[in-house]
Amino acid sequence: MTDLTALSLAEMQAGLRVRAFSAAELVGAHVAAAEAARPLNLFITEGFGAALDAAHAADAALAAGSAGPLAGIPIAIKDLFATRGVRTTAASRILDGFTPTYESTVTARLRDAGAISLGKLNLDEFAMGSSNETSAFGPVVSPVRAAGSADPLVPGGSSGGSSAAVAARVVAAATGTDTGGSIRQPAAFCGVAGIKPTYGRCSRWGIIAFASSLDQAGVLARSVTDCALMLEVMAGFDPKDSTSLDAPVPAWSASLSGDLRGRRIGIPREYRVEGMDPGLDALWQQGADWLRDAGAEIVEVSLPHTAQALPTYYIVAPAEASSNLARYDGVRFGLRVVPEGGALADMYEATRAAGFGPEVRRRIMIGTYVLSAGYYDAYYLKAQKVRALIARDFADAFASCDLLLTPTAPTGAFPLGARTADPIAMYLNDIFTVPSSLAGLPAMSVPAGTDSAGLPLGLQLIGRPLDEASVFDAALAIERRAPAIPPPQPWWR
Amino acid sequence: MAVDETMVVRVAKLARIRLADAEVAPLAHELNRILGWIDQLQAVDTEGVAPLDMVIPVRRAWRDDAVTDGNIQTDILANAPAAAHGFFAVPKVIE
Repeated sequence: MTDLTALSLAEMQAGLRVRAFSAAELVGAHVAAAEAARPLNLFITEGFGAALDAAHAADAALAAGSAGPLAGIPIAIKDLFATRGVRTTAASRILDGFTPTYESTVTARLRDAGAISLGKLNLDEFAMGSSNETSAFGPVVSPVRAAGSADPLVPGGSSGGSSAAVAARVVAAATGTDTGGSIRQPAAFCGVAGIKPTYGRCSRWGIIAFASSLDQAGVLARSVTDCALMLEVMAGFDPKDSTSLDAPVPAWSASLSGDLRGRRIGIPREYRVEGMDPGLDALWQQGADWLRDAGAEIVEVSLPHTAQALPTYYIVAPAEASSNLARYDGVRFGLRVVPEGGALADMYEATRAAGFGPEVRRRIMIGTYVLSAGYYDAYYLKAQKVRALIARDFADAFASCDLLLTPTAPTGAFPLGARTADPIAMYLNDIFTVPSSLAGLPAMSVPAGTDSAGLPLGLQLIGRPLDEASVFDAALAIERRAPAIPPPQPWWR
Repeated sequence: MAVDETMVVRVAKLARIRLADAEVAPLAHELNRILGWIDQLQAVDTEGVAPLDMVIPVRRAWRDDAVTDGNIQTDILANAPAAAHGFFAVPKVIE
C-alpha cells in the first residue's frame, strides 16, 4: 500500500470516499508516524488511543453515508485551544492540571466535521515567541535540517508544534493561532502553507487569550487547497465571540482557480529591509514573476509606516496580554503556590512568579508599565494611533491593487538557542507579518523556495478584509510554479 | 523614559509577580532596552489621528436579555486548586 502519510488532505478525502483505505488505516499510519517522531517533542498531550477509536467511528459514518467533510482526517490541535476533558496548557506551568469542561468553537467545528485529533501540539508559552523555545514543555525540534548538517533548527513559532507536525507528515493539517505571525512564520520555516484569516473569521471562544485585538485562529497544512478545506470548516459566525464576523463563509476550496487575470498585485517597497537573506530578494522577485505569469499585473505600492509596526505591536500586544493574563492568580484553575503562612496577596505573587516563564513575565511587565498611570498616553494611546496609520496605509495601498506580495520572514530557520539571548532580535522575525496582523487582514505564507543552505523560504500574500479567496488564488498560483520543496528526511526515526 | 529599579519593583507589584532581589537589575536593563527600541514611535506624527480600537468594523449584535446558560457550578469548580461548600477556597485575606 502507498504511504498514507504522504497524501495531501484532499487525496485522503478522495481515498476515504472510494474506500481505497479506511479511516482506521489512515489514522493508524499517522499515529505510527507520531510515535516515531517523539524526538521532535511535537505533542504536549498525546491522544493517540482516542484518535484510533474515533477512526473506527469515522469508518462507520463513511459506510453509513453520514460522514462530515473531514471524516477520518488526522489533524492535531495547537495547545492553546480548550478541549473538553483533555488537558490544556498553553505550554505554561501556570495552567498546571487544567482540564477544560468546555470545547473551543473552532475545535468543536472540526470535530463535528469528522476531523480526528491526534492530540495537543507544543507552542511557545501563551503563544509568546517566534521559535517555540519559550514552551514550559521544552522546545520543538524542526524536522527540517540544513543540507549536510545535523544541527537542530527551530520550527518557528509560536505555532511551532503545528508547523513541525505538518512538515514531518505526522498529521495532514494542524490548527494554529496568529497574533503577530505565529502561523505564517513557522509555516515558512518548515516549508508548509499557513493562513491567518481576517480578524473575526474564526471564533476566539475557547482559545486561550494572548492579545485579543490581534489573536486569530488559522491553519497550517501542506498545500493551499488543504488549508482552504480546513479553514472553510473552522470559520464562521459565533455569538459567543463579540468580535466574530457575521459574514457568509465561502466554499474556498471549490472556487480555487489560481487564475489571476485582471488582478493587481502590489509590492510594498518598504518591505526591502536590512538583514534580509540575500536569496530572499530574488525569490520575492521570482514570486512576482510567477504571479504575472498567472495573469496578474504587478505594481509597486507604499506602506509608509511599515517600520513602526513592530514597536507598535510590542506595546499593544503586551498591554492586552498583561490584562488577559491577570486571570492566572491561583484561585480558580491551574497552579497555586502559597508561601508558608502566606495570605491571599502572597499567593497571587508566588503563583505568578512560579507559573510564568521569562518571556511571558517580560511581556506582562512591559504591558503593565505601558498601561500604568502616567504612561498610558505616551505608550498605549500613541501605539493605537500609529496602528490607525498602519491600517490606513493598507487601505490606501488597496486602492491601487487587490493583494500584496511580500516575504514571510527575513531569513530561513535558525539554530535552536541562536536568538534566545536577545528579545529584540527574536521580535524582528515578525517584521513582515506584524503589520497585517495590526490591520486584521487575511494573510498567508506559501512555500516558494529555499535559501543557500537548502532551508525553506515562504512568500506572503496579504488581502483585503474578508478576501481570503484572492489570497488563496494567488498562493495557489505560486504553489503551482514554485519548485516542490522535498519533504524532510525522517532522520528522527 | 528610563526604567529604574524602583520602577521595576513597582511594576512587578502592579502585575502581582514576586521578584527575587537579584532579578530586579537584569529586568531593569532588559525592559530599558525594549522600551528604548519602542520609543522610536514618539517620532511618528499622530496629530489629529484617532486611536484604532477595532480593526475590522463589526455591527454590534443584540440579543434578548435572557439567561442562556448556568447551573454549572460543578464545571466551574472542577479545576479549582481548592474548593469548599461550593465556593473557591483561598488563604485568609484578613488577619
